[in-house]
This record gives sequence, C-alpha cells and structure tokens, in this order.
Amino acid sequence: MSRRIIGPFNRVEGDLAITLDTEDGRVRAAFVNSPMYRGFEQILLGKNPLDALVYVPRICGICSVAQSAAAAQALATGMGLQAPQNGRLAANLTLAAENLADHLSHFYLFFMPDFAREGYRKRSWFGDAESRFKAVSGSASADMLPVRARFMNVMGYLAGKWPHTLSVQPGGSSRSLEMAEKLRLKILLAEFRRFLESTLFGDKLAAVAALDSEAALMTWMAQRSHRADFPRFLNIARDLELQQLGRATDRFISYGAYTEENTALFAAGLWSENTLHALDISAIREDVASSWMAGDSALAPDEGRTLPQPDKVDAYSWCKAPRLAGQVVETGALARQMVAGHPLLRDLVGRHGASVTARVVARMLELALVLPAMESWLHQIQPGAPFCLPVGDIDEMRGVGLIEAARGSLGHWLDVRQGKIVNYQIIAPTTWNFSPRDAAGIPGALEQALVGLKVDENENSAPLAVQHVVRSFDPCMVCTVH
Amino acid sequence: MKDNFQYLPLNLLWLQSGGCGGCTLSLLNADCRNLLQTLKDAGINLLWHPSLSEQCADEARKIIEACAGGELQLDILCVEGAVLKGNNGAFHRTQSREPMMNLIERLTKVARHTVAVGSCAAFGGMTAGGCNPTEACGLQYDGEVPGGLLGEDYRASNGLPVINIAGCPTHPNWVIETLAAIATGEMQEESLDVLRRPRLYADHLVHHGCTRNEFYEFKASAHKPSDLGCLMENMGCKGTQVHADCNIRLWNGEGSCVRGGYACIACTEPGFEEPGHLFNQTPKIAGIPIGLPTDMPKAWFVALASLSKSATPKRVRENAVSDHQVITPVSKRTRLK
Repeated sequence: MSRRIIGPFNRVEGDLAITLDTEDGRVRAAFVNSPMYRGFEQILLGKNPLDALVYVPRICGICSVAQSAAAAQALATGMGLQAPQNGRLAANLTLAAENLADHLSHFYLFFMPDFAREGYRKRSWFGDAESRFKAVSGSASADMLPVRARFMNVMGYLAGKWPHTLSVQPGGSSRSLEMAEKLRLKILLAEFRRFLESTLFGDKLAAVAALDSEAALMTWMAQRSHRADFPRFLNIARDLELQQLGRATDRFISYGAYTEENTALFAAGLWSENTLHALDISAIREDVASSWMAGDSALAPDEGRTLPQPDKVDAYSWCKAPRLAGQVVETGALARQMVAGHPLLRDLVGRHGASVTARVVARMLELALVLPAMESWLHQIQPGAPFCLPVGDIDEMRGVGLIEAARGSLGHWLDVRQGKIVNYQIIAPTTWNFSPRDAAGIPGALEQALVGLKVDENENSAPLAVQHVVRSFDPCMVCTVH
Repeated sequence: MKDNFQYLPLNLLWLQSGGCGGCTLSLLNADCRNLLQTLKDAGINLLWHPSLSEQCADEARKIIEACAGGELQLDILCVEGAVLKGNNGAFHRTQSREPMMNLIERLTKVARHTVAVGSCAAFGGMTAGGCNPTEACGLQYDGEVPGGLLGEDYRASNGLPVINIAGCPTHPNWVIETLAAIATGEMQEESLDVLRRPRLYADHLVHHGCTRNEFYEFKASAHKPSDLGCLMENMGCKGTQVHADCNIRLWNGEGSCVRGGYACIACTEPGFEEPGHLFNQTPKIAGIPIGLPTDMPKAWFVALASLSKSATPKRVRENAVSDHQVITPVSKRTRLK
C-alpha cells in the first residue's frame, strides 16, 4: 500500500487536496480534504437578517447568486412573503444565467483541458483536442471567453453586477426593467443561443434536448464529432470509456429548480434504487466525525452548530458530512436531471451508473433545456408591473431556503430572535459530494467514486483518471466549507 | 526594454487565499476579445493560476517552489483572498500542511511586485467580518490599520508596497490595467492613493456618472428596493464618499450596484464588512444622514438639500418612489433653447 497526496488540485473553485491509498495499481481508499475555513456561519451570528444578503453571496465567487437566492428564499419563507411575478421571473433569469455560465466555464476552462495533456498524445483525437482545449492557449477558450462575458451582460441588466449582487431580495428584485432593456436582453439570449448551437452542439437546442437514450446520443455524436465541442467530448469519452469511471452511490437529490406558476421547471425529489421518492428534508443530518469541528452527534441543520476545532484527532477536512436518512447522496446537474426524469440521463445511469460521462452530459443538456426557459421567462416580464415588495422589520422567524445551484442542492437554515441571527447553517452542493467519512466510517460520494480507479504508482503527478472523476463533479470548495 | 516600446513580458503567479474566488471570476467577465490574449498583450506571462492553468498538484508545486527559491523570476505575485492568521495558520494549509500565510510570506520576499487582488487580500474584507473567526487580515493592512501579514515597512523588491486593488469583487479592468501599468514600468508610488489603491480607478467616486443624479440633486429618495430614487438618504448608499469608478466604467456591460437598484456599500474601502449599521439603511442623526460628501461643508449640504427638496418637480418626486417612470419628462414641440 502506498499513499500519495494530490494538491493543490487546480481547475476547481477553491482549495482541494486528495489523499489516495493505492495498492496493486488501484485506488483502495480516498480521503478528500477541504483545507480552507473562513467561518461564514460564525460571521453571520448577531447580524440583522437582511444583512445576510450582503454576506452570503461572498461565500462564493462562482455560485454567488445561488447563495443570494437561498438567503432570499429563507427570508421570504420565514416572513411568508411572495414576490410579484416580475420578481420571480427576474430571480429565475438571474440564477439561470449564473448556472449556465458556470456549466460553460466548467466545460471549457476546468474540465476539457485535461484531454490536451501529454498522457493522451498517442490517442487518435489528441491533435484536435490539443489545438482546441489546451489550457490557456487552446482555440476553444478564446472562442468561449468573450461569449461568456457577453452573456454575463444579462447580469448587468438584472443584477447590477456579477458576482456579488444585492438585487436578489426576499420581496423580488431591486432591479426593474424597462422595455428597452427587455429587448436588449432578448438579443443577448439570442446571441448566446447561436454560440451554443454553432460551436458547442453543432445542432439546434431542441434536437439536443430531445436525445432520449445512449444509443441516440452516440448516433447523434457520430455525425458531428469534429465540428462541435460537445460531440468532441463524447467521442473522447467513448474512446476512454469514461462512462465506466466515477460511480458513487447512485442516490441523487434535487431541491427542485426554477419556480414557475405552480410548479418548477425541474422537480424536487430523491432518486434511489431506480425509483423516484419524495425528498424528506427533515431526514438531513450533518455529521462532524471526520471534520475539524467540535460536536458529538449529527445534527439537523436547523439545530446545527459550527465550532471549529483545528487540532481534532483523526479529522481530515473542514467539510462537514451531510447525510440523508444516514445515506450518502450525490447532487448536481446529473442528480437534477435524474430526479426531473430526463430520459437520456435515466438511460445512461441505468446502463452504467453515474459516471464522468453522465455528469458532463447532464450539464450540457441543461444548457439546451434552460436557455429556452430563460427566453420564455423574459417574454413574460411586464415592464411597468411591480418587481419587488417591501420588507418590514424582522423580529422572530425561522426560514429555510432550498435552491439548485449549478453544482446542485444548496440549503440555508436561518433562525432569528429579537431581530438578530442566532443560527445560520448552510449545506452547499459540494458539501454533499465531497464530504469526508461520517461517524459510521462511510466515505463521502467522491471518496467512493475514486475507489477502484487504475493508477500508475510510478506516475509522478495526479493520475488523469483521478482528475477526470474529481472534476466531473464540478466542485466548488469555497462553498463546501464556507 | 527593447526597441519600439516593446517590453519583456513579466512572470505572474496568482494564488488564492482566504476568499471566494470572485475576483478571478469577475476577471473572466472582461469585455475583451480574449482575456488570455489580453493579458499577454498587457505584458504578462502567466506562470500559474489556480483556475486557468493546466498544471495540477506536483507540477503546480514545482512552479511555486521555483519562484520561492529564486530559480524562476517572480515579477508579479497576485494574492486573492485574505490571510488567515488564526490558530497559527491552521484555517488554511497547503497539501504539505504548511500554513498558507507562510507560503505567501515566502513568496512576497522574492516578488518584484506584490499585488493584493480584492478587498480581502488588501484589508481583510468580508472574511474579517463579524467575530472574524479566522483572524483574517490583508497582506499589508488589517482593516484601515497598516501592518497586516507583512508589516508596515514591507516593500517588494522593486521598492513598492503591496498594491491594493480593493473591491468586492474587483472590476476586470482594474486588474488588467494595474498589471499593464506594472509591465510597462508605469506603476510608481505616486500611482497609488493613501490606501495604496491604484489611482487609475480610485481617483473617482462611485457617485460620478450615477444615473440617479437627478434624484440626488432634488433629494428625491427611494424608500424600498426597486424604487428609482436616490439611494443615499434612506437605502444606505455611500457612493458620494466611496473611491471607485463603478458608474464611469460599468460592470457586465451596463451595470453597477446603484444601477442594479441597491446601495453602494463601500466595498473598495477598508472595514466595509462591518459598517456599524444595516447595509440597506442610512444611519442618521436628527433625520440627517451622517455620511455626507466628504469635501462639502455639512451646513451647506443641509441647506441645499432642504432648498432642493422644496423645489422638487412632481415628476421627480413621484418617480423616486416607483419602480418605473410614472411621469415622463414633458416633450415640447418647439425648438429647445
């Protein structure tokens, strides 16, 4: 048995190090270390609850609006406030813009550059992948960065700026839109659609959204594997058999995403044992057995505590270990689409289990599914009608905000007494996925997904298979610990 | 320096410490043809950046240690995020268990220029909020007090103190232009203001270019989020005092905080994370905001405010408390004088 520590693990958001125990060329055990703690749950204590809207987006520079949205929802549920239709539509648009930009950044900047590494030089697709996806110098990042920046002008209109807006309010949006701005937003979305259809997919969004099985996906890919970037990935993934890499527990949760009139664009739920179940939020506990945190028992988030203990023996991460009814679950775009019931992901996971391929396909699919929804929400906005309700003083309340960030289920649990925050607990998506072992010794989702991977013990740096699996979760480490 | 104003590119190493990564993400919003090429055009050779570079783990460590050891010339060290000093650095360690603050300190000893990207790295920022559980501070400031991790007397090997690109987050162009100024030798002591922020953006006030100016002139004020009126009197806006050019060079195309319908919370200033009052509420004494424009006599401000309030047109007064124009400016059919 030999042990290696992989860090700093780059092209993820924030700090990450992974310890691998390997034997006979395989990973026997993995330990995921989130090495940085800032203590937002402590910083928020004693604050006026509305001030949370300034602090929480700054937990994370990449999921900033998601954090704002969870806080705004926690405040709104606590106060029994329902935003006017324009406010709800603006909130959907802002969150969707962040989520889609994150999917795009992950694919082009964080994930694909690994296929342009020297280890793959002998593969038939290497030359194409290298010129297209090489970190910093590849042609794809040059194509994508200005498109992403231009798409983020959506935030200039809806949120003032990104990251770290204050426009996302419990009563709706502080930014009303005029007709001229609505029209400019329409043009920005159309530009983004054109990039997705021409450069990323090589096909209409509707055609991508309609892919309903692995067989259909492979047939579709074969016609365009050198003409567009997502088919390029599929071709590489098939060659490297990435559908066989990175299975965790195959239990998936989603809090449900994008409120519509009486429903959500993507439903909430738990997918396990090949069946959809209702999600029981009251079954969530956060375990701290392997975390540098004081505490003896796993607590429900509305009773949770965050008490750092940096010298704790046997702990190895600042991340807590959330469990649903004691079980390790996975969250993210794949989980969201498994719960929502998209036939392509249900088929992929039914055949192979969760994998590097399935996680990336789910993200790309969401680009095709959510942009048309954004176009529809924008169309429904009525300039001149209200965007925001005023908020009165808050004396006592308990609120819960459950939303879907790009990386999955994000929850805020808020307790206010005498006008001050007395408890604020946050469980971020990567807290679920990258959790350490719990009191029963059960490893977290990524820790399980890494076990069994082939690694060359003489290889100096991080094995590429390990890098693919880790990055397939699109981890956000700054949210993880917060 | 070579002929034709061509400069040798400078080696840049970017590290993330106790922050959110938002200044990097904001940089990706840069309105340019290709950010990575723009950095080259600005005279920067990116040695390693945690979000953008290929090198992972051992490969990255080699670059960082080569800089620390002097084998690789470190022209510019950019640090994003606060320094977490608490518990002897235990809140943030590298994979070799070295406290991040020690690694930063080793690198600042060899760096020709040291740049704090964002208010966390400059002053401690958001990470130093509340009870400051990690004892977060800036590279050379702890809030507005000089010192921080490196001490008041620190100078990078080119002679300059830490350059504070304060902001939460930083505007992409504040970063690009600061790096370009360093690369062309135009970043001097006098290029920095009293808090060592580059004057290229800190010589302006957020108030400059504010689209709510007509409401400000008449003290026609917003009362709730989404109202069109001036945000200074009730909603906590500090734009008339805060140094930054947010309403001159806009964010994400046509945005800024005040254009987004919410207050300037002074994110380029030290200590903004603990204002001592609600962020969205203006502190007042006897009904008068205590944070008035810094270089205007208070009595004059109060006198003018009361005068202009009484002269406020109905249009401005009613629009100020609505989320859209309920009364539009009168159109005259004659030629305007």
